[in-house]
Amino acid sequence: MSKESSDNGNWKNWLSRQWAKIVTNRKLLPVLLVIGLLLSFAIPQFGLLNQYIVLILIYVGINIILSTSLNLVNGYMGEFSVGHAGFMAVGAYISAILTTKIIPDSLAPWLFPLVVFAGGTGAALIGLMVAIPSFKTRGDYLAIVTLAFLMIVKSLIENIEVIGGPRGIPGITRLTTLPWTFIWVVIAVWVIRNFVYSKFGRGVLSIREDEIASDLMSVNSRQVKMLTFVISSFFAGVAGALFAHILQFISPRVFDIIKSTDILIMVYLGGIGSIAGSILGALIFTILLEVLRPLGMWRMVLMPLVLVVLMIYRPRGIMGLREFRWFVPGYDLIATNLWRKKKEAKDVSTS
Amino acid sequence: MTYILQQGLNSLQLGSIYALIALGYTMVYGILTMINFAHGDLFMVGAFLCFLAATFLHLPFVPTLLIAMIGVALIGVVIERFAYKPLRQAPRVSAIITALGVGIFLENFTLVFAPYPQHVPTLIKNTTWVIGGVSVSSLQLIIIALSLVLMVLLDFIVRKTMVGMAMRAISWDKTIVPLMGIPLNLVISATFAIGTSLGGAAGVMYALAFPVIDPYMGIMIGWKAFIAAVVGGIGNIRGAMIGGFILGGVEILVAAFLPSTYRDFVAFTLLLILLIFRPYGILGKPRPQKV
Repeated sequence: MSKESSDNGNWKNWLSRQWAKIVTNRKLLPVLLVIGLLLSFAIPQFGLLNQYIVLILIYVGINIILSTSLNLVNGYMGEFSVGHAGFMAVGAYISAILTTKIIPDSLAPWLFPLVVFAGGTGAALIGLMVAIPSFKTRGDYLAIVTLAFLMIVKSLIENIEVIGGPRGIPGITRLTTLPWTFIWVVIAVWVIRNFVYSKFGRGVLSIREDEIASDLMSVNSRQVKMLTFVISSFFAGVAGALFAHILQFISPRVFDIIKSTDILIMVYLGGIGSIAGSILGALIFTILLEVLRPLGMWRMVLMPLVLVVLMIYRPRGIMGLREFRWFVPGYDLIATNLWRKKKEAKDVSTS
Repeated sequence: MTYILQQGLNSLQLGSIYALIALGYTMVYGILTMINFAHGDLFMVGAFLCFLAATFLHLPFVPTLLIAMIGVALIGVVIERFAYKPLRQAPRVSAIITALGVGIFLENFTLVFAPYPQHVPTLIKNTTWVIGGVSVSSLQLIIIALSLVLMVLLDFIVRKTMVGMAMRAISWDKTIVPLMGIPLNLVISATFAIGTSLGGAAGVMYALAFPVIDPYMGIMIGWKAFIAAVVGGIGNIRGAMIGGFILGGVEILVAAFLPSTYRDFVAFTLLLILLIFRPYGILGKPRPQKV
């Protein structure tokens, strides 16, 4: 009996060792990316999955971009921004105006990456403006600043008749395809992951832990905050542009506070300060909403209950402060684990 | 001149509703340092309870108001017990996300039973007097007077009674004060009950003033009341009252002199400017930060 269980333990040990080998092998990453890219081309080309599932996959991709970029501000920098839908709206409107009014239809599919980039850049410029009040205010007051920003964007769009006012822009060509979504997701995750583990990223983390202390350690907090907001809002704009070209219709009502709440839920469901968490959060949130669709109106009753129960049993979200090893540079793994253990021990001691 | 007076009266009416909701945010924040984002939806529940009591039970105004206030207070206490209490030691944002989740739950639960906007019957016979060119309706006067009474009552409870003293003590220090024999959970429940019942009362008043109600009405008004609470200095009860009246005044005056679509734009821009000059709100004090 005892021998059996120890055998079982050895077998499990062996399996986990092999698993760790696979997971830590970085050479697999490019292979997986190429496979993913080929799949994203092949699926729509040969009709491997039906249209509905492809659509959901595209939404999952857009939501991953949104949640990782919001995680940069809310998770890594420790602010509470609720204006992410506003940046999304800026990106969506810039790109939609470009494809419907300026670029001729025949050229639009070829220029689509540039259009998405333009949407992101526009949102990034606005993000720079929102970063300025964040120099002085923090916490709940910055939440108000971002909320006010969202309202101002929405209200401005409603008042400009040239871009449709409250009626929005109809008849946008469907340009967002699965490969483009996949490529933008990879770019977003790659840029944000490299940013988080760069010199600036350390600054971002130190601002979350203690802003005054990090200033004393010669972190240029203004520069770091500006950069963080710009990157975060750039990718929100990118996601907005992709979103506009899959929904094919945008209006100010699409980008209201409920949209921001959805993104917040994805981030905190997955876990703050974790790229893997954001990806998981977006995946679970989007797919769960689709799976629960047969429930009709009860779906949106059940969904928040799931969220509340999850928050009670895992207050830091699914992946809170943990990271999928592929995302962490080798030299960083030990330090991150040590820091997490310290943080969790502190949680226990204060309770 | 009469136009300005008229709009001033309207902004008092809207401002008193905002102030009542903002009080709920600020009381919960003061004691738990947590933003109860479900509060806007509790306001909506108050409006729906008013609708139920008036339509199906045919009750007059005062019992309807009491039912709504007590009902919302009960729901608020239950939410605190089951959703927020397990998270008291957790990181602050988890509690905020839970509150957002509870809010979405309340909205959609109501939506299942009321998929269409509902019409609230008139509970108060509305007579309008014209005083010096300004038309004053009895409904407006009742709303303003009632909310002023509730605010004075709240101020009295917080400043002069034992419960209020315990609340202030706990918001001062949550670890030491319970050791002095003050029942922490009871005081927190009382805070929730008082704060949310004010939101319920605001819901009744709103339903009487603007009688078409729907399950999503609490979102925008809730966020705006939260802004009012922050403008006044969150955690500060008198600040929330001032913030509510300021927000109501700005909204009505902008709508009075500019096209009404600019209302949100101007109101929020003004709030941003105010926050740049007074980052901790009007009555709020910056907390010293230790390094």
